[in-house]
Amino acid sequence: MVRVRGLRTRVGGRVLHDNLEFDLRHGEVLGVVGGSGSGKSVLLRTVIGLIEPEVGDIEVFGEDWRRLDDAGRRVLEAQWGVLFQDGALFSSLTAAQNIALPLREQLQLQPPLLDEVTQLKLSLVGLPGDTSAKYPAELSGGMRKRAGLARALALDPQLLFLDEPTAGLDPIAAGAFDELIRDLRASLGLTVFMVTHDLDSLIAICDRVAVLVDKRLIIGTIAELLRDPHPWIQAYFRGPRGRAALAGLNGQAVG
Amino acid sequence: MPSAEASFDLRTEGDALVLRAAGRWLIASAAALDHALGRLAEIAPGTRLRIDLAGLERLDTVGAWLLLRTARTLEAQGVVASIENVAPGFAPLLDQVAKGEPAPLPALPPESFADRLVDILAAIGERTFGAGAEIRELVGFFGLVMVTALRTLRHPSRFRAAALVTQMDRSGVGALPIVGLLSFLIGIVIAFQGADQLRRFGAEIFTVNLLAVGILRELGVLITAIIVAGRSGSAFTAEIGAMEVNEEVDAMRTLGLDPVELLVLPRLVGLVLVLPLLAAYADFMALVGGALMSWVSLGVTPPFFVQQLHQAVGEWTFWVGILKAPFFAATIALVGCRAGFHVSRSAESVGRLTTLSVVRSIFLVIIIDALFSVLYSRLGI
Repeated sequence: MVRVRGLRTRVGGRVLHDNLEFDLRHGEVLGVVGGSGSGKSVLLRTVIGLIEPEVGDIEVFGEDWRRLDDAGRRVLEAQWGVLFQDGALFSSLTAAQNIALPLREQLQLQPPLLDEVTQLKLSLVGLPGDTSAKYPAELSGGMRKRAGLARALALDPQLLFLDEPTAGLDPIAAGAFDELIRDLRASLGLTVFMVTHDLDSLIAICDRVAVLVDKRLIIGTIAELLRDPHPWIQAYFRGPRGRAALAGLNGQAVG
Repeated sequence: MPSAEASFDLRTEGDALVLRAAGRWLIASAAALDHALGRLAEIAPGTRLRIDLAGLERLDTVGAWLLLRTARTLEAQGVVASIENVAPGFAPLLDQVAKGEPAPLPALPPESFADRLVDILAAIGERTFGAGAEIRELVGFFGLVMVTALRTLRHPSRFRAAALVTQMDRSGVGALPIVGLLSFLIGIVIAFQGADQLRRFGAEIFTVNLLAVGILRELGVLITAIIVAGRSGSAFTAEIGAMEVNEEVDAMRTLGLDPVELLVLPRLVGLVLVLPLLAAYADFMALVGGALMSWVSLGVTPPFFVQQLHQAVGEWTFWVGILKAPFFAATIALVGCRAGFHVSRSAESVGRLTTLSVVRSIFLVIIIDALFSVLYSRLGI
């Protein structure tokens, strides 16, 4: 669904990615990890067209947003959903209005159906009905992320980009969020591109993991990556936290 | 039916009605499907309806919701509805949507006239008490700032001189061009209008008196205060408000720093020192404008203007105006800073409180000006 070749991005004079390549396959959850400042979020923003790369091909659904006109780009953008780090809900709108906004802008739904769909999305992400009238400032961090996810899912996209979905959540909320994404992926058939720091959510929901080191991505399942000799990857998965998280993987060879 | 992509048809087969859904039931077709499905409401109670999904190519949450909703509403009307031939790929989605069925919104009872009247009265009462609370709170804030100021007075080394100078530069020196220009123009306008009216009595020369008294006593300082309220009062609210949004103010408190001492005092003291100077400058510029206009339209030469000015101005005239400036300044600074601390953590509230602080400080400036007029007339100056 996403195909990136020969990507080079430069931010503030620093090259973050050089000759970076990856494919996102239909129906998979790909987790992207990497050190702080290695350009994980920049990669996500480049793929969805918020940052212009220097060179390289980026194809999402077989189309490159740089070669589309404004109308074509809007059509393309309506096919994916993005969850930003803190939800990025519009602070002057209630949760329900935040979710209804893309629906209102893109489609001509009758008011009753619009309300029903909005409520449906809220309950899909596990938010109680009384959340709908609340403003983002009145919601907890976890609820803001869920509401942000509901907004990202408003137009029923096939492809979901998540930027550190579990960062800043307590372990219980983070676990619940992982479960939510796994459930939604199973029922809605989503393909997910997820930037994360969270080892637990990598193990819990990702089919493959992409490690951003030396300005490129090394991709594989966790078992494959464990065999990779790269020092950063070894430090990541075999550090104290990595061991603790992997210990939870029953039956997998750890050690 | 509705669109080339998503469709359904309805026909009788044996003893039951069969609704065959076909194509791609996706959000893009939702509006058309919604409309078309609405017509099914006419199915008679007691009918058996089989919703057959064999022809479905794709389905998303909205499509699934439309199917389920149709089945549920018809069931509520007494139709026996069932969903059949669900492809394995769609089953989890239908389950998920059925689980997450939106709770019906509580129906609001229609509002009667009496209810509305009560609402209006309640709103008036709320506003009135709100205004009272506002005033009480502003006085409280004033007290807090005064206590902090007195404490700082005892330990003068704790006063931030650098912050004070920055504030004076920003709200004082920065305001010179706009205050100068506007006062100059006001001087011109008053001289022109005054001369026009007084000429009818042959008393053009008293234009100078009108200028002197009007500008020095009232207009110079009032215009300055209004400009400063718009420029600096709003800046105070926005600056402190943005810090509040970033939790910087809370961070200060945890570090044992007093936000009032750090943020409010430099702004308050700076504005109190600077506004009288700005007002004097505004007086001067307005008189220059008035003199220019008198010269052009009345032929009053500048030396003669100055001479007439001496006669018109009493020893108090200038000070009557300037004395008000520190009070205006304190009002603007206090209202502006306090509004900043009231910002909650959203971008919208910064904007709302900035507007509020400007409107409120201009309002208070004019009220205080009126109170001064009463005071001066009692004192006979």
